[in-house]
Amino acid sequence: MATININGTEHSFKDVDPTMPLLWALRDIAGMQGVKYGCGVGQCGACTVWLDGMATRSCQLKVGSLDGRSVTTIEGLSSGSLHPLQQAWIEHDVAQCGYCQAGQIMSAAALLERKPRPTDDDIDNAMAGNLCRCGTYGRIKSAIRAASETKMASDLFYDAMEAAEVSA
Amino acid sequence: MNKPQNTIASTDRRDFLKVSLGLALTSTGSVSMMSFASATASGSLNAYVHIDTDGSITIFGPNPEVGQGVNTSLPMIVAEELDASWDDVVCKAAPVAQQYGMQFAGGSLSIPMRWDEMRKVGAIARDMLCQAAAKDWEVPKDQLVTNRSVVSHPPTGRQAPYSDLVAAASLLPVPAQDTISLKTPDQYRLLGKRVPNASAQDIATGKPIFGIDASTPGMVYASFVKCPAIGGVAKSANLTAVKSLPGVIDAFIVDGTPGPYNFDIRESFAVQSGVAIVAKNTWAAFKARDSLEVQWDLSSASTDDSDVIEAQALAALASEKMQSEIERTGDVDTAFATASLTVDATYSTDFVSHAQLEPQGVLVSAATADVQVWTSSQTPVFITQNLSKLLDVTPESITVHQLRGGGGFGRRLSNEYVFEAALISRRIGAPVKLQWKREDDMAFDYFRAPTYYRLQGAIDRNGKLTGWKNLVAAASADGEKANYGAGYRAFDFPGKVIPNVAIGQSFVPSKTPTGAWRAPISNVYAFAEQSFIAEMAHNADQDHRDFLLDAIGDQGWIKEGDMASLNTERARAVIETATKAAGWGRKLAEGRGLGLAFFLSHSGHIAEVAEVSVEGKRITVHDVWVAADVGQVVNLSGLENQLQGSVVDGLSTMAAQTITIKNGAIVQSNYDQYPLLRMPQSPRVHVEVVDSGYRPTGAGEPALPPLAPAVCNAVFNACGERIRALPISKAGFTIV
Ligand code: FES
Ligand code: FES
Repeated sequence: MATININGTEHSFKDVDPTMPLLWALRDIAGMQGVKYGCGVGQCGACTVWLDGMATRSCQLKVGSLDGRSVTTIEGLSSGSLHPLQQAWIEHDVAQCGYCQAGQIMSAAALLERKPRPTDDDIDNAMAGNLCRCGTYGRIKSAIRAASETKMASDLFYDAMEAAEVSA
Repeated sequence: MNKPQNTIASTDRRDFLKVSLGLALTSTGSVSMMSFASATASGSLNAYVHIDTDGSITIFGPNPEVGQGVNTSLPMIVAEELDASWDDVVCKAAPVAQQYGMQFAGGSLSIPMRWDEMRKVGAIARDMLCQAAAKDWEVPKDQLVTNRSVVSHPPTGRQAPYSDLVAAASLLPVPAQDTISLKTPDQYRLLGKRVPNASAQDIATGKPIFGIDASTPGMVYASFVKCPAIGGVAKSANLTAVKSLPGVIDAFIVDGTPGPYNFDIRESFAVQSGVAIVAKNTWAAFKARDSLEVQWDLSSASTDDSDVIEAQALAALASEKMQSEIERTGDVDTAFATASLTVDATYSTDFVSHAQLEPQGVLVSAATADVQVWTSSQTPVFITQNLSKLLDVTPESITVHQLRGGGGFGRRLSNEYVFEAALISRRIGAPVKLQWKREDDMAFDYFRAPTYYRLQGAIDRNGKLTGWKNLVAAASADGEKANYGAGYRAFDFPGKVIPNVAIGQSFVPSKTPTGAWRAPISNVYAFAEQSFIAEMAHNADQDHRDFLLDAIGDQGWIKEGDMASLNTERARAVIETATKAAGWGRKLAEGRGLGLAFFLSHSGHIAEVAEVSVEGKRITVHDVWVAADVGQVVNLSGLENQLQGSVVDGLSTMAAQTITIKNGAIVQSNYDQYPLLRMPQSPRVHVEVVDSGYRPTGAGEPALPPLAPAVCNAVFNACGERIRALPISKAGFTIV
């Protein structure tokens, strides 16, 4: 039996086939349906979640092998307010059908964790595993750029706050 | 030429709208008649508009949302005439019900077919709110103004939000349609602006809004295994062994219904035979398939081989075989006999799959007399009748719930997976979530048909295109008519434009089911036609743009009043806009090229210019300029998104997508063998919207057809190699 921390809460996958992909364990057992099934073979990225902070294809992970690991899904990307990427996704009106977008956002968020100010090539490389049949790549790029600037601006803001506190 | 902004396109459409609008408004005016009206102080003004006491205004979008943005754009039209503040508007999918008329998503029709209806619905609701205010304030109604969900009376300074007026308004008689005046475009506050998709936040936060996310208490999960060779019948299977597998609840053969299993979205409820595996979760059902062994009766199965289809089609074109004539005007023989230059080229395109990102899936509860369907179908309007025939229940006992579709592109026009799930649910006696694997989706598609066109052009000594021949070889199941999407449709160009035209066809046998794929026929024929025009221009030593403009001519609107008909003014405007934006004629570096194409489909006049560089067989598409005239813009952001997406989708498809068939079975099974374009390959897309003031038409399809010829023309311009078959991977090219 695997116990996995999902979005900060422990989930025990009792009586679950250990070969079940995390994708289906999340969707059918844990009831987290933000993660999507697109191909089941690691090609499309619709099922992207974080495993211990790394963007991973959940259709390629067997739930039985994940005991003690931490998983973050789109539902747990931010608590309370929207993640800057989610905000940017809305403002840039990225989605068409939207089916790929949770996976896109999880890949992009992992990129920004690693590289808060990615170059265009960084974005291309990080996002190459996520397919969008509707063809929203240009908007995804713009949203990532905007969110990385947002993040930068808020970093600057917090730096300024800290400086103000120090001098007060 | 007049621009008929506020006239109705055709008699057909007018009658259709009368019917659907009549239905929509029969339930207007009485809160008690509205199934979704709530308590006393809030109310519904008609089937589309519900105003709550908290100020929120719910507008119901009648047509399915599959990514084309209609659940935002249709409510925007209502909100415009209602003068609702967009911040107050909540867009919801309408229930599937007769009063909403043609609830389907296809043919880029949602906007044009709902345009008049949505405007009137908004204007009538606004009028009722004004009537309520006029009565209450004892002032003349025509002194009232509305803006941002508020009615005001400037002479007295009185004002009230809609939410305060709706209770009284909803008790008033519905005004006659002819007493309602609609806005003129200069009065628009919302239409033409950029508005984010109404579901943007739900999508970005992973809310369970798609067909695949549907659930209901007691549901079980199913997988359905059909014969790889289309039309094969399940005779027997190791069902006992499969039933004993962990998590499996049951396994059984579904006999299906007699074929044909054609693309027939209105009438068909055909289900192919197969083996259903019912399990406690999706994975258990999928995994059990690995142990399933089925004996198939192949006696009525397809034996198609895509290589044979192609060879037969090309041979038919080479031998100028013609079984039937499609079109003939003028004197083609003389045009060719007296030509100073003739050009002859054969173009072909392969079978392709829809490959929308959400594989088919549906939840059906058919265990009891109360049948429920949760689906992301493009044609919910056709489910009820057909399902009632299949299950032998009354249409009234069936409820269909519309959910968001993870891409449509024509794949969800057909509801066969709904019928499969219904048979499984009835047999097992529980609600069934049927999930197709991606492999099922690719194997059992209604594919885009392969196409084969031999084009011949005659150019006279003044350099004018005077003669046009097109010989079509079409896949055909019966040898008498083209399979869906395999033939040719009489477009205005060239038939109504070039003086001497002959178009004919012959048939090659194919049983593989084909159906509507984003801009059917246009998406393949445009590649042939627009590449061929560039070939002719090159051979005649003329600038492609000038030659194209000259070929289109200046007849104006070929069938005035018909939005689908070629309007040469609109065509010229988009060609001029796209070429200007792209810097047509500028000097390019070695190995770079610009290519142009124009096409009219689904009433959208679209020109595209691609800039590429070619190194050996590696093509980089740097930029694509799209100039689009789809009439009055509804949601600018939605329109731009569709145009940008169509470019990416077009490039994705032309690059390396091909479905091959051996012994009646599809060879490709997943994205590893059927690649979609990825971000690093995708070009910058520059959109130029040409605001012509015509009635609005749809944007989901028309920007796709010009993309392939624009890119192939650019490749020719860059390296001198003419591509005449799609995908371009057949000639060794790749998009990098
Ligand atoms: S479903 Fe996992 S990569 Fe496609
Ligand atoms: S938005 Fe439809 S697949 Fe990406």
